Amino acid sequence: MDLESLTRTSGEWLRGSGPDSDIVISSRIRLARNLAQFPFPPRTDDATRAEIESLIRERIRSIESSEKLTYFDVNTLDTLDRQLLVERQLISREHAETHGSRGVSVGPMETVSIMINEEDHLRLQVLRSGFALDECWDEVSRIDDEFEKHLEFAFSEEFGYLTSCPTNVGTGIRVSVMLHLPALVLTKEVQRVFHALHKLNLAVRGLYGEGSQAMGDFYQISNQITLGQTEQHIIKTVKSVLPNIIDYERRARKALVKDSREQLHDQVSRAFGILRSAQTITSEETMHLLSSLRMGLNLGLVSGIEMPTVNELFIHTQPAHLQKMRQETLGSSERNVARATYIRQRLAGHESEN
Amino acid sequence: MKKCRRCTKPATLHITEIRNGVAQPLHLCEKCAKKYLSSVEAGGNVEDPVGEGGNELVAALAGEDSADADALTCPQCGITFKQFRSQGRLGCPHDYVVFRDELIPLLESIHSETQHVGKIPQRTPAISRKQHDLIRLRSDLKSAVQNEKYEEAADLRDRIRRLEEELVEEQSN
Repeated sequence: MDLESLTRTSGEWLRGSGPDSDIVISSRIRLARNLAQFPFPPRTDDATRAEIESLIRERIRSIESSEKLTYFDVNTLDTLDRQLLVERQLISREHAETHGSRGVSVGPMETVSIMINEEDHLRLQVLRSGFALDECWDEVSRIDDEFEKHLEFAFSEEFGYLTSCPTNVGTGIRVSVMLHLPALVLTKEVQRVFHALHKLNLAVRGLYGEGSQAMGDFYQISNQITLGQTEQHIIKTVKSVLPNIIDYERRARKALVKDSREQLHDQVSRAFGILRSAQTITSEETMHLLSSLRMGLNLGLVSGIEMPTVNELFIHTQPAHLQKMRQETLGSSERNVARATYIRQRLAGHESEN
Repeated sequence: MKKCRRCTKPATLHITEIRNGVAQPLHLCEKCAKKYLSSVEAGGNVEDPVGEGGNELVAALAGEDSADADALTCPQCGITFKQFRSQGRLGCPHDYVVFRDELIPLLESIHSETQHVGKIPQRTPAISRKQHDLIRLRSDLKSAVQNEKYEEAADLRDRIRRLEEELVEEQSN
């Protein structure tokens, strides 16, 4: 597996299948772990970071995961490749931007990602398409067990797994689901959902995690509490709110179709029209229009295009993906032209239903 | 156990001063607590913002308290508590031991709990695994009682009792 191949595929989590996949894009669980005998990454010198990296990297070789892993030395990757991994959600923005020895192991389906020397020595992440948190937990916990056979993790009877930031201590777990909530955004009811989630100590973030905007009406819902609850309990909490949100979004969609079908049909068709004919388009407008198109497709207001194609466009129209496909560095206005051209090609021949 | 803020003896009295709506915890040994309380009485009403003796002491303790904490340094990674407070990231696993008393209120405000009940490493010795199970079961019991799931609570109580007996047996061997 090489990075070039990423621009030709879409990854498991964008497959657009799985239970409730019209609303739940993907499920993800990550675990934060640290080696007992080293300082946390933010406080290590270059030599220690290198030692940690080679120690864990050696261990990854013997890990059996559901797919064959390839290691990327993030430190020696150029900026564009690092950005590509961020757009792909295989590494965090922080991991791309810090310095020193670090890396990530990923499989060709992109369901497993193992980051070395992010904020913690080891960050294990498992991802599935649709609503599938239990499968994520089984796999990530199994990978954790395998590492643990060979590595001594920093653990205290009182505080559990010790992490660089006290917000992750205990289980070191982050359980999250990525949701597409266009109707709740359109009806401005989404704030009420967030309010209810905050009361349950659940966090809401945008597509690219902490501090990122909610591009394309995508939202990530995840736990904030990591200490004093079992992993199963935390997973249950996240799972318990989903049926309500899914139901709420479905009802909002239904109400839109019932009360303002023409208006909605018009909006969706225009979105499709602009995407098929624009000569230059920003990333922000693309996300916005794709979100409309995705909802329209789910509601049967447009047809002739596959859901995986729409899902893929969300990622392939991001700056690093476009530049990798073109194999050249592009300025912002050149990217807008390249983006419009790419979208036109992908949507060519698709007619909307009238 | 916490040490007295005035001397090095173990603190047995834990006083929470409310001053201008801000809670200030004081941990004192019996002797120092007596001194403190009598000085509060001598200085007049504790609630009185311009009261003298008591106020000065509270101010001094508060200052001493945070300066003390800020100066704490981890012997393994060299980070001070002050550095942690400004960066929000700890330096190494040992910090959780060195800064324990200072971290507890922080963890309480983030997670509402301070005792881990989740997964534990498999290499952990059997005895401490059982102790850990006990902690988890007690936490489950607490929430079962809160949620009025009495049947579940009874079952948990049985399991706790059995585990306690096993532990006593194993520790006496």
